[in-house]
Amino acid sequence: MTSHSPAAAAVRLAGVEQVFTTSAGGMKALEDINLSVAPGEFVSLIGPSGCGKSTLLRIVGDLIQPTAGVVEVNGKSAHEARVKREYGMVFQAPVLFDWRTVEANVRLPLELMGMERRQREARVREMLELVELGSFIRHYPHQLSGGMQQRVAIARALALEPTLLLMDEPFGALDEMTRERLNSEVLRIWGQTRTTVIFVTHSIPEAVFLSTRVVVMSPRPGRITHIVDIDLDQPRNDQSRETERYFELVTDVREGLRGRRSGGSEGRLRAEGGIG
Amino acid sequence: MSTEPEVELQSSAASTGVPSVPVLPGEPSRRQRAVRRALSFTLFVLGIGIVWEGAKWLAGDKWRLTSIGYEHTPPFRIQQLSDLNLPHLWDIAASFGEPFQRNANYSLLNYLIDQALFTWGEALVGFGVGAAIGLALASIFVHSGLLERAFVPYVVASQTVPIVALAPLIVVSFGRGLTSIVIIATYLTFFPVTIAVMRGLRSPDPRAVELMRSYAGSRWDIYRKVRLPASIPYLFTALKIAAAASLVGTIIGEGPGGVQQGLGRAILTFNQQYITGPEKLWATIIVAAGVGLLFFMMVQLAEALVVRRRGGGPRTA
Amino acid sequence: MRFAVRAVPPLLVLVVVIVLWEMSASGAGRRVIPPPSAILSSGIENFEQLRRATLATSYEAIGGFILGTVGGLLVAFATSRWLTARDVLLPVAIASSAIPIIAVAPILNNWFGVLNPVSKMMMAALLVFFPVLINSTRGLVEVKPASVELMRSYAASDVAVLRKLRVPNMLPFLFTAMKVGATLAFIGALVGEYFGGSSDVLGFVVLTSMSSGSFALAWAGILLGAAAAIVAYLIVSIIERVAIPWHSELDAS
Repeated sequence: MTSHSPAAAAVRLAGVEQVFTTSAGGMKALEDINLSVAPGEFVSLIGPSGCGKSTLLRIVGDLIQPTAGVVEVNGKSAHEARVKREYGMVFQAPVLFDWRTVEANVRLPLELMGMERRQREARVREMLELVELGSFIRHYPHQLSGGMQQRVAIARALALEPTLLLMDEPFGALDEMTRERLNSEVLRIWGQTRTTVIFVTHSIPEAVFLSTRVVVMSPRPGRITHIVDIDLDQPRNDQSRETERYFELVTDVREGLRGRRSGGSEGRLRAEGGIG
Repeated sequence: MSTEPEVELQSSAASTGVPSVPVLPGEPSRRQRAVRRALSFTLFVLGIGIVWEGAKWLAGDKWRLTSIGYEHTPPFRIQQLSDLNLPHLWDIAASFGEPFQRNANYSLLNYLIDQALFTWGEALVGFGVGAAIGLALASIFVHSGLLERAFVPYVVASQTVPIVALAPLIVVSFGRGLTSIVIIATYLTFFPVTIAVMRGLRSPDPRAVELMRSYAGSRWDIYRKVRLPASIPYLFTALKIAAAASLVGTIIGEGPGGVQQGLGRAILTFNQQYITGPEKLWATIIVAAGVGLLFFMMVQLAEALVVRRRGGGPRTA
Repeated sequence: MRFAVRAVPPLLVLVVVIVLWEMSASGAGRRVIPPPSAILSSGIENFEQLRRATLATSYEAIGGFILGTVGGLLVAFATSRWLTARDVLLPVAIASSAIPIIAVAPILNNWFGVLNPVSKMMMAALLVFFPVLINSTRGLVEVKPASVELMRSYAASDVAVLRKLRVPNMLPFLFTAMKVGATLAFIGALVGEYFGGSSDVLGFVVLTSMSSGSFALAWAGILLGAAAAIVAYLIVSIIERVAIPWHSELDAS
């Protein structure tokens, strides 16, 4: 219904650091992260376990406060952005409430915001149509497949028409075919809503297919090592997965992960001698 | 054990021992919390003492402590806090040392310990027999679908029947004396054990069972090496509950049971003599509570020993 | 249809047991464990007395059940917020399940009056209080951390988290405790009556008919007490189905 064009987010991270204190002493999860994300971009964070990508995502979402550095979303602090409900977040598990129907689950953020009932219903229906689950409104989560549950989670994340969408390996638990299908879905939705997206993933093909830029990270301590601009044509489709440029970019990212490349458009770079 | 609420046994209180609270970074560790728990438990008991005497100070009978020359008239009056209804803690403590009856030549404490051991003995026998029966029944039901379908609904339904209230009738039906009381304890034990062990025997990963079959393991092998070990945690959960239940059943059965000993009898006796000495009834209750706690801790200890042994080496089946 | 087929084995057992019981009760045993027919006829003869007694006992049990449940819920809400309070109260509550609480029945009779139904109600309430407290606390506290994170990402207030996450999560736990509590309440009421009560309650009827040798009446009273407890359990189950319809589908056992 509503053709959607929010004031898209710009995200700015400067000198962000995160140190966790454990019984074994301090553990530096993130070191000197600098990154700018322009409005409407689709940025993937990719890296091996322990590189801090999920931590970074949570810092952007103000679920964790960094021990050092500045985080800005739309020109305001991350905290303000969260309080003003400018984020949508999708986690690894759908995290739906068992006791609510699909419709009620998507409605949750709208209830929290205090939206009026008729407006709520309209918005919920719109979101469920967007993820193509309109006919499952009255179902309960346990009646849906994993992929469908994640789609509900995406609908819920978009319900408040956020300027920034944060996704933490949302398709990790799904099989490859469902995953590819959902990737196309996400791109379609992104095209329609023009939200800024930060997407954490383990999968190189997924990162390349979805993003405008891929940020490669490495662990111990977590930092950005390499950024790849993905210049594939938009809108992307299954064909895009079969072009030569696609394979080149996938290789690019893979090499970046292996630490054989240095360079890229931004960020603090380190020539890596080996696998992190 | 899953965190799913299970329609389990009498009191789900002892089901997992301690509810598992997700520990987030920043919260104290498991060990710290255990220490804190023990400390707070002690503080709680002290707190009860303070509330007890504090309430009496505010609204009980007049205080007259001749030994230290302290007198106090409370400003308010609540009947339940009178010296008759809620004796002073020190009076209760003192009564332990006094002879349990006029002209008796040993103290209340001695008397109560004797009665406690007697009651505990009955409960223990019933507990043991009940556990054995429960284990046997569960094993049978798991292997025979027909028997299960025929009898398990009753086993389940029986949990909703106030069995304990049947105690006097059982005692009278089977004759006065120890047998009936042990029957009550057995009855109260074998139902929770049956249900829990059934669940435990069925709990192993079907793939583990498949693995055994691929080695041409017989049903008996599977039972011994896979199902039985898997059922142990469930068994101990039920045993903790059964411990309390068998004790309660024994105490209640002793009344109409006509046995001259035991905590149940002591409670009835001291209740009759309440006017002359309320402290004795309270003392008995405290001893009964103590027995319950000790029994529970014994089962926990047994569980820790068994589990530790099993986890101790790859040799354990 | 399938339900009927599955119901056959247990029904068969019931019929067989009743028939065997009827036939075999003989001699001295016949007096103390009368055949079902004798129990039935005694029940019909004394219907009025039994009816009053059952209602009186049920009144005590239900009153105690409500008191215990409300009390348990209140304390659960109060302690769910503070970890320290939980660490103090919960081990105590769990320990209480090991203690024969029933032993305080005579004290309660003395406090509130032997003839007063309130003393039995208090006994029932005490028994119901602890499972409700423990289960409700578990339900309020044991929510998936991811769900809490989700609520925080929406900047939900603590009250909103309580209302929309913790309380719905708690409901299945609460109903489990309430089902157990339904039985416990009747145990509390009946045993309280055994330690002394008015003449119009089931406990009294059972005890006096036993001591006067009318065992058929005693059994009739006991069976009625058991039936009342089962009815209470079923009512709670029905309410559970209505209140949390999603749960019974999930919980396949």
